[in-house]
Amino acid sequence: MTTNTISLSVNGERVTRTVPGRQHLIDFLRLDLGLMGSHAGCEHGVCGACTVRVDGQIVRGCLVLAASLDGRTVETIEGISDTGEIRDLQDAFIARNAAQCGYCTPGMLMTAAALLQSNPVATRTEIREHISGNYCRCTGYQAIVDAIETTAKARAAKSST
Amino acid sequence: MSIFIDPASLDRPNSYIGKSVARPNLPKLVEGRGQYVDDHVLPRMVHVAFVRSPHAHAAIKSIDATEAIKIPGVLRVFTGQDLAAICDPWVAVLVHLKGMKSAPQYPLPLTHATWHGEAVAAVIAETRALAEDGAAKVLVDYEPLPAATDMETALASATPVIHASLGDNLCFQRVNESGDVAAAFKAAHKVVEATFHTARHTGVTLEPRSILADYNKASKKLVVHHSTQAPHMMQSVFATQLRMPEGDVRVICGDVGGSYGIKVHVYPDEVATVAIAKLMGRPVKFIADRLESFGSDIHARDHRIHGKMAVDADGKITAIEIDDLTGIGPYSVYPRTSAVEVNQVVNLVGGPYDFPNYRAKTTVVFQNKTPTCQYRAVGHPIATTVTEGLVDLAAEALGMDPIAFRLKNLMRDNSYPRTSPAGMKFEGLSHVKSLGRLMEMIDYPKLRAEQEQMRLRGIYRGIGFASFIELTNPSPFMYGIGGARISAQDGCTVRIDPDGSVVAATGVTEQGQGTEGIIRQIVAEAVGVPLHAVRVVTGDTETTPYGGGTWACRGAGIGGEAALQAGRATRDAALKVASAMLQADAQSLDIIDGQIVDKSTRAVRMPLAELTRIVYYRGDTLPPDLPRELMQTRHFITKQYPFAFTNGIQASWLEVDTDTGLIKLLKHWVVEDCGRIINPLLVDEQVRGGVVQGIGGALYEHCAYSPEGQLLVGSMADYLVPMAAEMPDIDVGHVETPTREGDLGAKGAGEAGTAGAPAAIMNAINDALRPLKARVLAQPFTPERVLQALGKVPQSG
Repeated sequence: MTTNTISLSVNGERVTRTVPGRQHLIDFLRLDLGLMGSHAGCEHGVCGACTVRVDGQIVRGCLVLAASLDGRTVETIEGISDTGEIRDLQDAFIARNAAQCGYCTPGMLMTAAALLQSNPVATRTEIREHISGNYCRCTGYQAIVDAIETTAKARAAKSST
Repeated sequence: MSIFIDPASLDRPNSYIGKSVARPNLPKLVEGRGQYVDDHVLPRMVHVAFVRSPHAHAAIKSIDATEAIKIPGVLRVFTGQDLAAICDPWVAVLVHLKGMKSAPQYPLPLTHATWHGEAVAAVIAETRALAEDGAAKVLVDYEPLPAATDMETALASATPVIHASLGDNLCFQRVNESGDVAAAFKAAHKVVEATFHTARHTGVTLEPRSILADYNKASKKLVVHHSTQAPHMMQSVFATQLRMPEGDVRVICGDVGGSYGIKVHVYPDEVATVAIAKLMGRPVKFIADRLESFGSDIHARDHRIHGKMAVDADGKITAIEIDDLTGIGPYSVYPRTSAVEVNQVVNLVGGPYDFPNYRAKTTVVFQNKTPTCQYRAVGHPIATTVTEGLVDLAAEALGMDPIAFRLKNLMRDNSYPRTSPAGMKFEGLSHVKSLGRLMEMIDYPKLRAEQEQMRLRGIYRGIGFASFIELTNPSPFMYGIGGARISAQDGCTVRIDPDGSVVAATGVTEQGQGTEGIIRQIVAEAVGVPLHAVRVVTGDTETTPYGGGTWACRGAGIGGEAALQAGRATRDAALKVASAMLQADAQSLDIIDGQIVDKSTRAVRMPLAELTRIVYYRGDTLPPDLPRELMQTRHFITKQYPFAFTNGIQASWLEVDTDTGLIKLLKHWVVEDCGRIINPLLVDEQVRGGVVQGIGGALYEHCAYSPEGQLLVGSMADYLVPMAAEMPDIDVGHVETPTREGDLGAKGAGEAGTAGAPAAIMNAINDALRPLKARVLAQPFTPERVLQALGKVPQSG
């Protein structure tokens, strides 16, 4: 089996590993680095539970090969929690009960954070469309939409003062 | 002493019952710091992948693992015979379901594969990827056999019998009858009838089924980390099947990534994993992938129901008759059985209505498809679809508005306690009040006016209603009476620690619905401490009181009542010590906000932490005979009613595109009466999540099979689930009719949304299509089926 040695930044730390050519990013994060916050839900790019960032863009961890990440920058839910980047969004999820079982939540937060950056004044319809690549079986989505909308409005109010 | 919770008294500090407070487990979940089964890594852990049958029905002639075992990292391959040596089969019948039969089921089959996706061999390797490599190299010599796939012909002589030992493909039949149905239909002013189909669908828990079993050969102890709803039940199952003492088995259930009834059953591949751990004496992990989840998680709701309703000239329902048929796969599922869903259907049809004559017949047949069993709102969406579908047909036949017809026929709110024609005992329901509350929420005349205006422009909008009842707080009448080792009782142990903080260990479990949150609220209030002073322990057979876990909406009503009583007993025990220390009558003292206070003036007498310091470290200073039992356990089981029924009503407002058949959901409303609401935020989110799960079944989800029994669902691109863009905002209103079985007054809320949503959607679609003389009755209501109903595309098979 072919292997590749990759050297990359994961949550701000330099990481060098030799990985099998067929290994996906989600398995690399979970099995090799012990970063269990990102979850495998469908392993074919539909459910969004494995959503992480590569070079600032959100990707499906199950559709990216680890071997392709030499020299890249990866951020996971653990990393963006530690930096405090989405503290307000996480607090809104807690207050609104926008997570139930929590399995989709890290991926959902990654996706929501990307929307808040690219479209800070997103409407509810835009929020619903943007998170439609992230499957949640528990909430029915309304609480998630509410939490993202609340965060967007709070950030807008903060930046206008 | 029984002190019924009075909402008016809930105005003091530590008054948490009825308040929307955040759940204690969310901070870790939003930072990705939960711990699901697959997050556990143990020393010497190995992984299993299963070889699964590509046939719906086949004889297994031989299994050759020679090539698989050559792969470096592949350790062992196990067959059915290997595991049968240490693991007994199970037969899923309940004695109160008279005449029910099923065949013995092994962790891996011995001679025949009986559904597409059934595990037939297990490959053990150092990683899951290597185990899958090995599984691909196992050669199974199958002799394909004709399959029984169509439930309509399951009992026909030409259909192959799946289990020769059973004689035929009949699992169970029941007739539930009261009154004189034939006479009522004969005398009817109008009779309406229709055939409804609810589609075979499944739970799609985002965390797949997951288990990690670790057998220690030296201590002979088995520890199982399991994504499950019922740890104590699984402890009993593993011990019994593996011929071990129950006390040598510990089941630990950490975070669970969704369950909805999917994770309360005994799955052969999970029992196989445990058996392999016992054989190998090391930890074995099985995490289902999505493809094998579709083929091996239980399916549900594959029903065809003929329904008939008789009404008199005044618009009163005089009789309901149904004939229900379901195909459940080749085995009834252990230990709840696959006949409880139909049992619920025949018990729940007509549930909200006051009518005298009822006849329901149900037939359960075996077939070569994935086994079906209980899934969120078991039987309710089926019963509600039939009932509410017939109600709308009857209203239409009478020329009555669907709301006026319901108001005429719903059970009166002052008519309880009473028994339904199906034999269900109702303690207290609020159908009429709930309908009234819904009318306040929706502005019905305005919606009707809008509908009229839109129709003039060729836009077809519809509004549909569904009244429903939901069975919660089950007693042993559900399973225990049939011989299943499933506890309807639950318990809670509450302990005050030296720092004055409180631990509550409960037998009910957490899957995200908020069990730990509500137990914390109840215990904090009952003891008299701030919320943050309470931590809740769930999901460990070694450390929690014995209980049934999570099923049939019992966590709040049963587990909550036990927690309330245990919390009160612990407070009383602390006050007994306080009365000795303060030389005061215990009755004159209370605990508020972690302080011992004078009950009448609320003046602080002593911190609770000072009392605990004395008890734990200076017990010598207390009177020698003074009890200082700061840990109390209480159990609760319902005794007066077999079930605590809840009720409610839903409304759906939607638009049908008559050119594409696409349905756009515009708005959804729910009024729910789940008795005492412990946390409104959590109840509303349970309702919303349940509604969306019901919408999934109504519009999208279908475990489709080929006529040969091939499952046509291979991915989440084939099996569609509701995503955010298609879902409407859902308004939730409440009526509170507490149960008087306990002091808490809570009933269940988790299944109401799913129970009513499909019927409301169906009625709304048919309301939209009424001017076009089109009607849909078969779920899921896909664009194709809508266009077929409109005569725009041909009917398919």
